[in-house]
Amino acid sequence: MAAISREEVAHLARLSRLAVTDQELDRFAGQLDVILQSVARVGEVAADDIPPTSHSVPLVNVLREDVIVPGLTRDEALSGAPDSAEDRFRVPQILADEE
Amino acid sequence: MSDLIKLSAVALGEKLAAKEVSAEEVTRVHLDRIGEVDGRVHAFLHVDTEGALSAAREIDSRRAAGEKLGPLAGVPIAIKDVIATKGVPTTCASKILEGWRPPYDATIMTRIREAGLVMLGKTNMDEFAMGSSTEYSAYGPTYNPWDLSRIPGGSGGGSAAALAAYEAPLAIGTDTGGSIRQPGAVTGTVGAKPTYGGTSRYGLVAFSSSLDTPGPCARTVLDAALLHEVIAGHDPRDSTSIAQPAPDVVAAARLGASGDLTGVRVGVVKEFGTDGVEPGVTAAFRDAVETLTKLGAEVVEVSCPHFQYALPAYYLIAPSECSSNLARFDSVRFGLRVGDDGNRSLEEVMSLTREAGFGDEVKRRIIIGTYALSSGYYDAYYGQAQKVRTLISRDFTSAFEQVDVLVSATTPFTAFELGARTSDPYQMYLADLYTIPTNLYGGPAISVPIGLSEGLPVGLQVMAPTMADDRMYRIAAAVESVVGTFTPPAL
Repeated sequence: MAAISREEVAHLARLSRLAVTDQELDRFAGQLDVILQSVARVGEVAADDIPPTSHSVPLVNVLREDVIVPGLTRDEALSGAPDSAEDRFRVPQILADEE
Repeated sequence: MSDLIKLSAVALGEKLAAKEVSAEEVTRVHLDRIGEVDGRVHAFLHVDTEGALSAAREIDSRRAAGEKLGPLAGVPIAIKDVIATKGVPTTCASKILEGWRPPYDATIMTRIREAGLVMLGKTNMDEFAMGSSTEYSAYGPTYNPWDLSRIPGGSGGGSAAALAAYEAPLAIGTDTGGSIRQPGAVTGTVGAKPTYGGTSRYGLVAFSSSLDTPGPCARTVLDAALLHEVIAGHDPRDSTSIAQPAPDVVAAARLGASGDLTGVRVGVVKEFGTDGVEPGVTAAFRDAVETLTKLGAEVVEVSCPHFQYALPAYYLIAPSECSSNLARFDSVRFGLRVGDDGNRSLEEVMSLTREAGFGDEVKRRIIIGTYALSSGYYDAYYGQAQKVRTLISRDFTSAFEQVDVLVSATTPFTAFELGARTSDPYQMYLADLYTIPTNLYGGPAISVPIGLSEGLPVGLQVMAPTMADDRMYRIAAAVESVVGTFTPPAL
């Protein structure tokens, strides 16, 4: 049985903000199925009572010194933006037309 | 072709210090070499000719003024295109960042400049460092100088190929699952992954934040150690940076070069076995183990029962972190924007931009990661992979109670033909079988050339405990002192 269907891949692509094509869906569905069947082997390990590791360096609350350090200027921060206006990032519309 | 390009970074540094040659001349001969061979190798995505010459002239004038400079001042270096370089294009080999010029330098880049190294340019890689062959670059593959029909490894194939082709004596790579060590192995060069947290990630474009580690690439162990020393050490701008002094890797490399390993305990991982391993790789590894014994090391077999689950765990953890990290490519703050016709919504423009800007492997990993993190699958995939990660770390900890270092072949097979594994992504993943456990644990590991299999280089991997980076340099330098370095056929 397939671990993942073409429909699921399409749904995940939407969640990931990827406007994938039909050809990509055809290609990815099979490839992702092979990958998922392989990585599912982690389930063979009996690990119910094992704590998870998110990070190899155990750290909590790393704080910097409370001093002012130079940061990017506004122009520098905007320098790589595809579009800007009035010293801000300009974005396409985020509200629907009727609003 | 100038003889200068064949020199080690140490030798170049000595010649520069003795004023036998200027930094400008050293830089020029390397730029000339790039001009001569990079059309065939394609190690570089961007060559910063003017920036390099101007940095070299500055070093020359500081030296002329009597300033005391470091051992690598005036030595050229190539930088993987995933490291932010102020004002110099940084694309991560992706179309989504085409033409982006960062407004700041990565911390390791600042340290490289302060040490007087001269950046020649930015090297090719798999897009966002996801891959094992550099074939997933959006700008075309890099070709292995040993055989131009073969891959140079990945993701840092550009940095490794630049070294093997004598286009640069030093390079920077980044290692998330083997991207420094595997390219080193298949190009006959040295690649070291430092302890996670031992080198700063500030300004390294994030792929998998709990695994990404920048490190040195070179043609000799001592050169790698000198570059390691330049970039290592605590950085307050990286919250996972370890606030301890870096181990003295240069002294360790010099000690190792004496060729005496008396009293050193070396472990061979039993579970790695020989299944699916190219016979020539197995033979070269056996010879290397014999060499270690002759140098006085005590070699024993060590069991690491969970290493067989490292690859599956990694290919859940890394894509999960990638799916989150790459959300920043949203068509707003930097890079590409596609389909903004005044009518489409932000969400539509974002989806069209990411579709146009990312390549197949990046898309596959984003989708896998999104799947592994989604509710209903989280516990079975991402959560379980994190538990397996704990067990792999425990395997390392208990192994290092018995031995000082672990050794293995760096990769199960030598450089394969271009196109051989691109249609089956999982076959590509197998290139990282031996390198991935270290990343999950967080310790350091180095690949050093040990021989050839059917004319292609084989690497030995030396893995050490966290913050014992010096140990792996000692062992690698000792091996190098016996087997020597390997030179590809003339290009």
